[in-house]
Amino acid sequence: MEFLTFDAQACTLCGKCVDACPFGALKMEKHGITVGDTCRMCGLCVRQCPERAIHFEQRANEADKEKWKDFLIFVEQEQGMIHPVAFELIGEARKMAAKVGYKVNCVIAGGEGTVKNAHYLLQYGVHKVYAYEHKELEYFRADCYTDVAADCIAATKPSSVLIGATELGRSLAPRLSTRFHTGLTADCTSLDIKANSDMVQIRPAFGGNIMAQIAIAKSRPQFATVRYRVMDKAEKVKEPTGEVVVCQVTDKMAASGIQVLSCEILEKKKGLEEEEIIVVAGRGAQSETGVELCRQLAKTLGGQLAFTRPMVENGYGDTAHQIGLSGRTVRPKLIITCGVSGAIQFTSCMNASECIVAINQNPEAQIFKTAHYCIVDDLYQIVPRLTKLAEKRKEEEKDGLSV
Amino acid sequence: MKIVVCMKQVPAGTKVDIDPETGTMKRLTSETRTNPYDLFALETALQIREKTGGIVTVLTMGPAQAEAMMKDAYACGADEAVILSDRKFAGADVLSTSYTLYQGIQVLGGADLIICGRQTTDGDTAQVGPAIAEHMHIPHAAWVSGIEEVDKSSICVKQKMGRVTQVSKISFPCLITVDKDSCVPRLPSYLLKKATRDRKVRILGFGDLPNQDLSRYGLIGSPTAVERMFAPPETERQVYLKGDAKEKTDALFRILTDKKII
Repeated sequence: MEFLTFDAQACTLCGKCVDACPFGALKMEKHGITVGDTCRMCGLCVRQCPERAIHFEQRANEADKEKWKDFLIFVEQEQGMIHPVAFELIGEARKMAAKVGYKVNCVIAGGEGTVKNAHYLLQYGVHKVYAYEHKELEYFRADCYTDVAADCIAATKPSSVLIGATELGRSLAPRLSTRFHTGLTADCTSLDIKANSDMVQIRPAFGGNIMAQIAIAKSRPQFATVRYRVMDKAEKVKEPTGEVVVCQVTDKMAASGIQVLSCEILEKKKGLEEEEIIVVAGRGAQSETGVELCRQLAKTLGGQLAFTRPMVENGYGDTAHQIGLSGRTVRPKLIITCGVSGAIQFTSCMNASECIVAINQNPEAQIFKTAHYCIVDDLYQIVPRLTKLAEKRKEEEKDGLSV
Repeated sequence: MKIVVCMKQVPAGTKVDIDPETGTMKRLTSETRTNPYDLFALETALQIREKTGGIVTVLTMGPAQAEAMMKDAYACGADEAVILSDRKFAGADVLSTSYTLYQGIQVLGGADLIICGRQTTDGDTAQVGPAIAEHMHIPHAAWVSGIEEVDKSSICVKQKMGRVTQVSKISFPCLITVDKDSCVPRLPSYLLKKATRDRKVRILGFGDLPNQDLSRYGLIGSPTAVERMFAPPETERQVYLKGDAKEKTDALFRILTDKKII
């Protein structure tokens, strides 16, 4: 088997791998250990070897690339629900797969309900979903999950493996790429594929000050983690043709050095500085109704409401929710200022935000100089409609996710 | 109890300029600092040593100038410092970096507990820690936000994983990567600095490592390659949305959803 290599220097011919191989593929010959045709690339020998002399060797030439085909998406579950980044990964993989004639497969691992969730994935146009359901996989444990995903990768030999750049994904992916002795690009924000099946991976580095284009040209599979909410979600297909393959979780895979004592959702109250979406009520919103409209918008968008200094002085909010030199400095993903004039004491404490929207009736308002998107209009007209649109979309997403 | 802390010296700033004609990165400021996330890793190690006793060794891969960082680690209370430094290690990606560090840990005679910072400020990948654990075939826990309990045989850690907080007990040997704010890093102490002034920093080169297969290290051992670097696209400012209130709102909503901001 050409993908399994022995480090002759490190190998002591102890024979543990030969005993461990469930397929009888390893043989002790005069010149060392050889791998026969029955090898299924299960990786048991790689883990068993006390000298770590066996690796998956993925240095690929063009011919080897032919042997590693299709996309494999690792589908994460959070509290029994499919993490939505999976739909985005499927969407992106389907786009790339169409260019090179590949299929898109998924692997999903977890506790009870995993097979059910696997069936749910089919409507997104995937070919096969490999499901590993076992009570020991209910919680994420890096060692078990690596064994399970590696089992699937070894059996299916994908050209590329895409994993969400979540905490779970970023903990799992480096173990997998290391086990297969291949490359991994973290946190990709853009993916494409060349005709020779090499992915074109783009990721930010140096705190986002520079973009790097990364290639994994000589190894397979290519691993990439992709940030959530960067790619387009896959469209559902009218007549799904894929199938779910229920895979066996062996005791070996389920065994772990990690014992999970508790796992719960802790709704920690986020400080304003950690918030990703902020709606600011300024003097233009100065009435209970105006503030309430802004609060509704913040709530619908899943963010927090903040205030300018005059609003806090007039008792609409507390200083913990005040943005400005005498309050907090924030740099969220999105900040929507409603009726904020934009004094320098305010703008200097929020101008690093990724997206700034300003709504103000006064076309001369300073805030428009800082904003990316400017709306010269009455916030009482804009804010309620924006809230309604966001609510509507939230409902649609919920429908899409309920299994 | 043997604790190894993996650290890295990173450029002091994260500002990078691109030469628009050649598309290459202009030299970064030559000033360096200790990767700020690693200070939490070192502090975690020192606090564990206070409870269990043992030795804290700081380990890094990089040029010999990383000695300054190691001296600081001594002044914080580290017992030993080792730099893996060799031109053969240069140009390493996650796979070969983690392999080199793993080889270094082998030279040290292994470890009960390996602690890494959650990520570096230059590479930002957060991958080297879990990759070391895989090379060593030991369990790991990433994104550790607090140590609940520790004794001579196991550690109990709290991890934040998306919306859930997970508490797990892991037997040694294992590896953890710690998040910022998991503790408050101490400042170097003047007394320790004076006391450790003559303490040497051990330098290990390629020849000192157990595996002498060159293809596992540095650029040759790296499956990923940077094809090009470029400046991120400038974001537009001051885009005025047109139409009546309804049209403006709809346009804004479309922009925000298209850009996946909401």
